[in-house]
Amino acid sequence: MLEVQNATKRFGGLVAVNQASLKAAIGSITGLIGPNGAGKTTLFTLISGFESLTEGRVLFQGQDISHDETHIRARRGIARTFQIVQPFAGLSVIENIAVGAYLHHAKRSDAMARAEEVGRRVGLGPELDKSASSLTVAGRKRLELARALATEPKLLLLDEVLAGLNPSEIRDIIPVIRAIRDEGVSILMIEHVMQAVMNLCEQVYVLAHGRIIAEGPPAEVCDDATVIEAYLGTGAAERLKREKVHA
Amino acid sequence: MTFRDIVPIIAVIALLAFVPVFVTANTVLNFLVFTLIIALTAQGWNILGGFGGQFSFGHAAFFGTGAYAAALLQVRLGINPWIAFAIGAMAGAAVGWMIGYLSFRSGLRGSYFALVTLAFAEVLRILANAATFTGGAAGVLIKLHVRPENFQFESRSAFFWIALALVGAVLVLTRWIERSRFGAQLVAVRENEAAAKALGVDTLRVKLGAITLSGAVTAAAGCLYAQYFLYVDANIAYGTWISVEAILAPIIGGLGTVFGPLVGAVALHGLGEVTKLAAGSVPGIDLMVFGVLLVVAVGFAPDGILGLLRRLRRSAQLSGAPRHA
Repeated sequence: MLEVQNATKRFGGLVAVNQASLKAAIGSITGLIGPNGAGKTTLFTLISGFESLTEGRVLFQGQDISHDETHIRARRGIARTFQIVQPFAGLSVIENIAVGAYLHHAKRSDAMARAEEVGRRVGLGPELDKSASSLTVAGRKRLELARALATEPKLLLLDEVLAGLNPSEIRDIIPVIRAIRDEGVSILMIEHVMQAVMNLCEQVYVLAHGRIIAEGPPAEVCDDATVIEAYLGTGAAERLKREKVHA
Repeated sequence: MTFRDIVPIIAVIALLAFVPVFVTANTVLNFLVFTLIIALTAQGWNILGGFGGQFSFGHAAFFGTGAYAAALLQVRLGINPWIAFAIGAMAGAAVGWMIGYLSFRSGLRGSYFALVTLAFAEVLRILANAATFTGGAAGVLIKLHVRPENFQFESRSAFFWIALALVGAVLVLTRWIERSRFGAQLVAVRENEAAAKALGVDTLRVKLGAITLSGAVTAAAGCLYAQYFLYVDANIAYGTWISVEAILAPIIGGLGTVFGPLVGAVALHGLGEVTKLAAGSVPGIDLMVFGVLLVVAVGFAPDGILGLLRRLRRSAQLSGAPRHA
C-alpha cells in the first residue's frame, strides 16, 4: 500500500528525518512510535505532501508520489489527521465533514448525506449541527477522524488521535479505528498511548532522532533494548533487566 | 441549488424593482443607482473576501479596469457599449486571475495579500493617470448619445433596473456559491487552509476561481459606473475610495453572506445621505459617519447587520419560548 524509501528531510542544518524507510501493508494497522521530537509528525508531512522530501521517495500503490501536491495525494486516497486539531471553527460539525465528502461527491445532497453517515459512525451523531468550535477535545479528535474518513481514503494517517483523551474515551474510540480497518482502509498511526498501540497495531516502527531504530510486532518492539534506551536513556535497558532478575 | 434557495432573492429584487414607480425624483434615483453600483462592487469583493477570507485592499484594480475598458473601447475603438461592457467584465476577470496567480502562487495571504492588492491598484492608477491612451489626468469622456443601443437612457429608472438586475444576478451567483462544492471548498480555505489541503482541496485553484469571479463582478460595477456618469479618470476608477467601499459594505452588512454587501451598501449610503441632509454642507461628514459605523460594527456586530438580526431573532425566540421548570 504505502512504502517510504530512505526518506530524509533537512531543515537547514537540522536533519528531522534521516533515511527512514517503512511499509504499511494493505488492510493493516501500522504503528509509528518514538520519543518526542523524533520526527514522527515530520515523516507524516512528507507522506501527505505538506513538506517535500530532501532525499528518498514515497510510493503509494506502487506509484512514486514524491512530487505530487497534497491535494493530489488526497485524491489518490491518502488522508491525514492533525495532531493539533484543525477544525473549520466557523462551520458546523456536519459542514466540516462535508468538505471531506466533497472530494468524491460533487453534489451537495450527496456530500451532506455522506457527511452525516460518517459523522454518526465516529460517534458525532448528536453534535452534527453544533458549531465545530463548541466541541470538546474528544469531539474535535473525532471530527478530525470523521473529516479524513469522509474523503473515502485507502490509507489513513492518524497523528495522535488519542492524545488528550481520558481512558474511557480511548476505550470508546479503539473499536471505531478497528472497524475502519475492517472495512479495508489501511492505517498508519502515530501514537503514544501504548494500550492502543498494543491493541491495534500488527506492525510497529520506532523512530528516534529521525531514524527508524526498530520494527516488528508491538510486543517484540517494546522489549527491544535500543527502543527502551531511546525512551529512557543509555543503560536503561540493562538496569531494567537487572531489576527484573532481582525481583 | 434548488428553486427554494433563490425565492428570497427574487422577492427582494421584485420589491426593489417597484421603487422607481413610486419615486421619480432624479436625486433619489441617482442615489439609488450609485448605491447599487457600490453594492455590486462589494458583492464582487465579498466572493473573495467574505467567502474566501482573502482580504483585498485593492478592488479598485478591478473596478477601474472595468470602467476604463467600457469607456476606452467605445471612445477609442468605437465598439458598441454593450459589447464593451461584456469585455470590461472579462478584463476584470483576467486582471483578477493575474493578480491571484502572482500572489497566491507565491503563498501570499493575510496582510501581505492585502498590501499586494493595494499596490496593484495603485500601480494601475498611476499608469492610467500618465498614459495618453487613457486620456491621462484629464480622463475619458463618453459622448452623450442617448439611445438604448448605446447603453444610455432617457430615464434614470432604466439604469436603475439594469443595475438591479445585475445585483440580482450576482445574488443568485453568490447563493449558488454558498450551496456548491466550490463554495464549501472556498469557505474551508478561509477557515483553515492546511486542513482544506489535507482534505483534497486544490487551494490554489479555488482561490484563483474566487478572485477571477470577484474581479469580473467588481469590473462589471466599474463598467456600469462609467456608463452611468459617462466620465472616468484615474482617481475615480482606480482610487482607494472604491477599494474602501468594496470592503466596508460587506463588513457592515455581513461578511460571507449572500445579502450582506447589498444590505451594507444600502445602510451605509442611506445613513451617509441622511447625515449629509442633516449636517448640511460640512464636507466629509458622511465619511466620518462611515468611520464611526465601522468601529461600532467591528466592536458590537462582528457578523454585520445580518448577523446582528439573526442574533436578535434567536434571543427573541428563546425569551418567547415557554419555560418548563
